[in-house]
Amino acid sequence: MAKRIDVSDLNVYYGSFKAVEGVSMTVEPRSVTAFIGPSGCGKSTFLRTLNRMHEVIPGGRVEGKVMLDDQDLYASSMDPVTVRRTVGMVFQRPNPFPTMSIYDNVAAGLRLNGVKNKKTLDGIVESSLKGANLWNEVKDRLSKPGAGLSGGQQQRLCIARAIAVQPQVLLMDEPCSALDPISTLAIEDLVNELKNEFTIVIVTHNMQQAARVSDRTAFFNLKATGEPGRLVEIGDTTRIFNNPTEQATEDYISGRFG
Amino acid sequence: MSTATDRRAPDDRAVPGDPSTPPGGRPGRDALSEMSNPHRARMIKDVVARIVMWGAFALAMVPLVWILGTVVGKGFHMLTTATWWTGNQRNINSDDFGGGARHAIEGTLQMVGFTALIAVPIGILTAVYLVEYGRGRLAKAISFTVDILSGVPSIVAALFIYAVWVTTFGLGRSGFAASLALVLLMIPVIVRSTEEMLKLVPNELREAAYALGVPKWVTVVKVVLRTAFSGIVTGVLLGIARVMGETAPLLILAPYTKNFQRDLFNGNFPTLPMMINQDRGDFALATAAERMWGAALTLIILVLLLNLIGRVIAHYGSVKK
Repeated sequence: MAKRIDVSDLNVYYGSFKAVEGVSMTVEPRSVTAFIGPSGCGKSTFLRTLNRMHEVIPGGRVEGKVMLDDQDLYASSMDPVTVRRTVGMVFQRPNPFPTMSIYDNVAAGLRLNGVKNKKTLDGIVESSLKGANLWNEVKDRLSKPGAGLSGGQQQRLCIARAIAVQPQVLLMDEPCSALDPISTLAIEDLVNELKNEFTIVIVTHNMQQAARVSDRTAFFNLKATGEPGRLVEIGDTTRIFNNPTEQATEDYISGRFG
Repeated sequence: MSTATDRRAPDDRAVPGDPSTPPGGRPGRDALSEMSNPHRARMIKDVVARIVMWGAFALAMVPLVWILGTVVGKGFHMLTTATWWTGNQRNINSDDFGGGARHAIEGTLQMVGFTALIAVPIGILTAVYLVEYGRGRLAKAISFTVDILSGVPSIVAALFIYAVWVTTFGLGRSGFAASLALVLLMIPVIVRSTEEMLKLVPNELREAAYALGVPKWVTVVKVVLRTAFSGIVTGVLLGIARVMGETAPLLILAPYTKNFQRDLFNGNFPTLPMMINQDRGDFALATAAERMWGAALTLIILVLLLNLIGRVIAHYGSVKK
């Protein structure tokens, strides 16, 4: 299931504005990689290039290479829609489809792509909700609207929806920033379980969270406002937090700036 | 406690009789009244604003209630006559009582339905283009055109169709020709209202769909349009209501007939606004005036019914909470 991501020398632009510069990194399969860094340093922007979601914003484009195992995500023959089926995403604010029930939300990715078989859908909905630790809470009200759940449940519903299309990689863009501590804990536990199956990349502003859930951590920063963001260093989480190579990383982690 | 206050009192009297004791200097009556002055001013402003607001509301309601009251009062008994809902106006002269409105009701519904059939798809697709796809010059040009179209007076739209349909193509005046003019009037209403509704759909929902590997057009159809559905229905009904009472295109393009006429493409065509206008020279006659009030009330009821139907549809299709 899980695949390795290899990024080499990636620049990200919005129109003529260079948002991220010269990022090279490897994201290991079946592990959690956390992106940390101050606001506006390009970590979310970079994350979105891993499933070509940045192209949704007019003028978004990249230079460089992103390889998913041996597939070039930016090859001219590669359809962004295919990329997004392989690399799923969970957003900052829970965004279940408001017109759909819990069941329909989880089934949405499959249904909208033409899967109609009721049995297949039932099975995948159940396994996805179980995979997102939500099954026990919602199994008796699958036909109720997804928007009626609590924020934490909605976010797990979105995770269930994302894993229902069976992606290789799961990108999470600050998935807990709109949630209370208990829901956050539930999501963190879930991330720990999901990494057995998926390659997970998570953007977070919360350094304790990065330390708790991730195997590897990447620190992003920008030299000055208006300059493009760049990758300062990446390594095992324990090393980044205990013994960073770069002064900037140490300053950020110890709370001296950012 | 009291000693502390007593001890401070002489200090405050250092400037005797000065009303502008600095705040905090003395925590007694002066500080309180200083606080209550702006408070009282705020209360007065609040009351004045309230009165003005309610007054404006009442003022806006006056003509509405007046018109409704007059029309219902003068026209309602026509609706209870035996032939109103079944007959037509054939062989009924100004000084004859009653007759039916069915020919005009059917005609209006048929014409408006036909208009909506053409205008709604064009309007909605244009709005989808403008919100979901349109970038750059073409989108701006279309948006500008829609703005202009929405400012076109109905008589100009009617004359334009007359120039194309009758003068250039040499085709006859008919219900269909009037429908074309109504289409021109309806499209901008639908484009604008649909556009607003599509813009209200949060971008996060589009992104959620894209992130699941859903192609853009499926996202637009199944997520964006679906989420905006009830708002779009409301807009469509407003457009229909707007067009239903439009009279200028009918005067110019669809001559009235007192008979049943279900052929939209040939000959004269009965409609409610034209029925209101039917005995226009003879409103001094009670029979003619009554018929006019009856037809007017019937038109208002049709618009009201459409709105109710729209509410029901919108209710069942709306976002579930």
